[in-house]
Amino acid sequence: MSAFWLLVIILALAVLGFVLGRARALASVGGDRRKLHSLPSFYGYNVAMLALVPALLVLCLWVILQPIVIHASVAGAIPETHYESSGQLNLVMSDVARVAEGLDEMVRQNVMTREGIAALDADSTDLRAQLAQVGVALGGEVSPTILSAAQALRARSETGTLALTVVVLIIAAGGFLFALRSSTGDFRARNRVESGVKLLLIGAASLAILTTIGIVLSLVFNTINFFGMFPMTDFLFGTVWSPEGRGGSEHLGILPLLWGTLYISLVALLVAVPIGLFAAIYLAEYAGKTTRAVAKPLLEVLAGIPTIVYGLFALTVVGPMLVGVFGADGLGWMQGARSVMTAGLVMGIMLIPFVSSLSDDIINAVPQTMRDGSYGLGATQSETVRQVVLPAALPGIVGAVLLAASRAIGETMIVVMGAGAAARLDLNPFAAMTTVTAKIVSQLTGDSDFASPEALVAFALGMTLFILTLGLNVLALYIVRKYREQYE
Amino acid sequence: MTDASLAGTPEPRATSSILTVDDRTRKRNAAEARFRAYGIAAIAVGLVFLVVLVSSILFKGAGAFQQSFITLNVDLQEAKLDKSGTRDIEAIKKVTTFGYNPLIDDALARAIADAGAENPFTKGKDLRKMISSGAAADIRDHVIAHPEQIGETVAFKLLASSRVDGYLKGRVTRDSLARDKNLTPAHLDLVDALQTAGLVTKSFNLDFITGADASESRPEQAGIGVSMLGSFYMMLVVLACALPIGVAASIYLEEFAPQNRFTDLIEVNIANLAAVPSIVFGILGLAVFIQFAHLPQSAPLVGGLVLTLMTLPTIIISTRASLKSVPPSIREAALGIGASNMQMVFHHVLPLAMPGILTGTIIGLAQALGETAPLLLIGMVGYIASNYPDGLIEGFMAPNSAMPAQIYEWAKRADPAYYERAWGGIIILLLFLMSMNIIAIILRRRFERRW
Repeated sequence: MSAFWLLVIILALAVLGFVLGRARALASVGGDRRKLHSLPSFYGYNVAMLALVPALLVLCLWVILQPIVIHASVAGAIPETHYESSGQLNLVMSDVARVAEGLDEMVRQNVMTREGIAALDADSTDLRAQLAQVGVALGGEVSPTILSAAQALRARSETGTLALTVVVLIIAAGGFLFALRSSTGDFRARNRVESGVKLLLIGAASLAILTTIGIVLSLVFNTINFFGMFPMTDFLFGTVWSPEGRGGSEHLGILPLLWGTLYISLVALLVAVPIGLFAAIYLAEYAGKTTRAVAKPLLEVLAGIPTIVYGLFALTVVGPMLVGVFGADGLGWMQGARSVMTAGLVMGIMLIPFVSSLSDDIINAVPQTMRDGSYGLGATQSETVRQVVLPAALPGIVGAVLLAASRAIGETMIVVMGAGAAARLDLNPFAAMTTVTAKIVSQLTGDSDFASPEALVAFALGMTLFILTLGLNVLALYIVRKYREQYE
Repeated sequence: MTDASLAGTPEPRATSSILTVDDRTRKRNAAEARFRAYGIAAIAVGLVFLVVLVSSILFKGAGAFQQSFITLNVDLQEAKLDKSGTRDIEAIKKVTTFGYNPLIDDALARAIADAGAENPFTKGKDLRKMISSGAAADIRDHVIAHPEQIGETVAFKLLASSRVDGYLKGRVTRDSLARDKNLTPAHLDLVDALQTAGLVTKSFNLDFITGADASESRPEQAGIGVSMLGSFYMMLVVLACALPIGVAASIYLEEFAPQNRFTDLIEVNIANLAAVPSIVFGILGLAVFIQFAHLPQSAPLVGGLVLTLMTLPTIIISTRASLKSVPPSIREAALGIGASNMQMVFHHVLPLAMPGILTGTIIGLAQALGETAPLLLIGMVGYIASNYPDGLIEGFMAPNSAMPAQIYEWAKRADPAYYERAWGGIIILLLFLMSMNIIAIILRRRFERRW
């Protein structure tokens, strides 16, 4: 029985449970609902919940885990003489899956019986032609190993699915009967339903933890894999980045990528921090109500524009413009439209509203009494801002700048389109450089073989990026939190 | 207490009045004015960037909505298209697009002669460069749909090739064609002649909005429609997953969570996830959904799941804010007449917080709609679907692209005609984002309550 029909059955059971549970509770008190502990519908919900939720959980877990377990056990049964690397094993396994799919199709189209398939022999029958007849095309002949693996895969899947059906139905029926039996007048149905709902709410809230665990595990496992193939010191301290196709790269040093990332982020911050900070000061201290009401949302529009737009802006507008001034016709510092400056400038524009709105909030949080005190001593408005407000707001502003830096380091599309593809350690801001994020994209798009160090290095890069941005964020939040309470 | 001034010499009297401005005051006032000017300049620079960005989007993208067409009277010769004369649809289908090319050549040569221009090209292949290489397929589709028209002369509005289109839009000039093997200046003379004859026209390009991506050599045929549908299915997934999970998580954290380590852990995780770079979510999707769970690559379902995880923190933060803004009096009134905690939340607090929750959700969706980087990692790149998906399940599971990924794909292609497409795509993307934000603002204005 397929998972879909199983789902339909337990849903039907839940609906039936609602009706029966409600009816049974009412009947137990002779139809007088005042004698029930909870509203009648709670008795119904109780039965429906116990029939549905545990069975559904088991169903989901089983459906996710069964292919993984069976895949692993079949792959383990393939003799090691048939493959050399884990990449080849993956290829063999995809053949096996394809053959098994074809055998299923043959049963469905009544070309062959299930007993016939169990007795198949790769040497005596032309399985490839038969499979092609039912619409499953294969790349090569079916070897006996693949056929037996496919038969094992099919047999285990069938057993698994049968077990799944039995287990899920037993759980659903068990929950149904248990809840139905307890549906009597003095049973506290509402309390049970509400604690069930609360468990669901807790589950939803824990998804944030699961996501973080998922991120960390997927990064850690693949990074460990990578370091199994490539020496860690060469990755961390290598100054040359030149991946070569699939396999056999000698130079996968992260330093040029980190340098490009930090250089571009520095340019972006040099643009965004002064402009954003002065804009925030003006909006908070000088601007009238109407100026504020117009300028603040307009600046924030810059934050709502997707990064792909900034990327294209860098590539087709800012890049050519810079080449016009600093390129071969002008000062001769710049070779192509893609450079640190191009990406940094555009990223700076993107970060202006980020810096300005965060600093605006922080400046507004400085109490008015401090300003009044300063004015009372005869300071001008700008002196008050420079000598009283900014020092008071400094921790918050540092936090905002750190958050902006973390944004800049993790930004992808602008650097993919504006910064170039060549990894180099160079001081010239008009040279093309590349970043950690841009290389993650280029190493993981296209080819889908995840077994080579060239693909796995992307996970190590992702790990670096994750640690870097997480560290900045934690530091920023810590600074902001530590000094914010001072004035409250 | 002594008066110090009595002991020493008295301070010299101020020589100036408070009404005359001395040097020091002038300096301080100048500093004040400078400081103010810096602030104004900063805001002005920000706004100038915005204006430059918006105007370059409009100037560069508007062209994508206009396309050049060449109207030709094509003689659908029976001898070429249906030799048997039986109008058997299978026999007609056997004629490939190559069989239609001579018809186009004839029609084009006749049109040039009618317009009174000299045709310098002896080979039809060279002359045909003016017309999109997809034109023959369009005519073939028309003939297969209307086999009765074989033998007649039918007027077709055929797509001009991208170079001709660029010439009419001012992107391509005679000088720029000097090194171009796709078109020669002689073609442009013919285009001028056809234009004065009224056969070459520019009109609104609906295919750009509804069509699929085309191969690298046919920018004139590329459209964003299919990837728009991919984005749509992704947004459905995000809405169906992120809204219930986000609301459930916020209700727990805001209404039920006790003050303990577990709650703190959840809160710290949400705060950190909100600041994790989007590309890391792409890595997560690749490792968990594709490598581990073996979900299909490039499917909008996977893209939607990744974007769900990415937007959840945004939705949770805004939902919690709107739950918090419901005043305690409502809660106390509900509890006072005998509602349980759960009933109080679901019957009273949640409905009152709903407008705020929806506003936050729409803004989260808008953020997800414009996101590109994680999609590239799970394989939702451009030119992956050349047709609309058939049916709902196909829509979620079949490989497709999304609008921002499609734009990125166009921006990567070497042909400048594709830059125009990319900017046009951005206009459409921004229209979607703008309308989503406007809906959010209207919702907020309309239903916002001041307690």
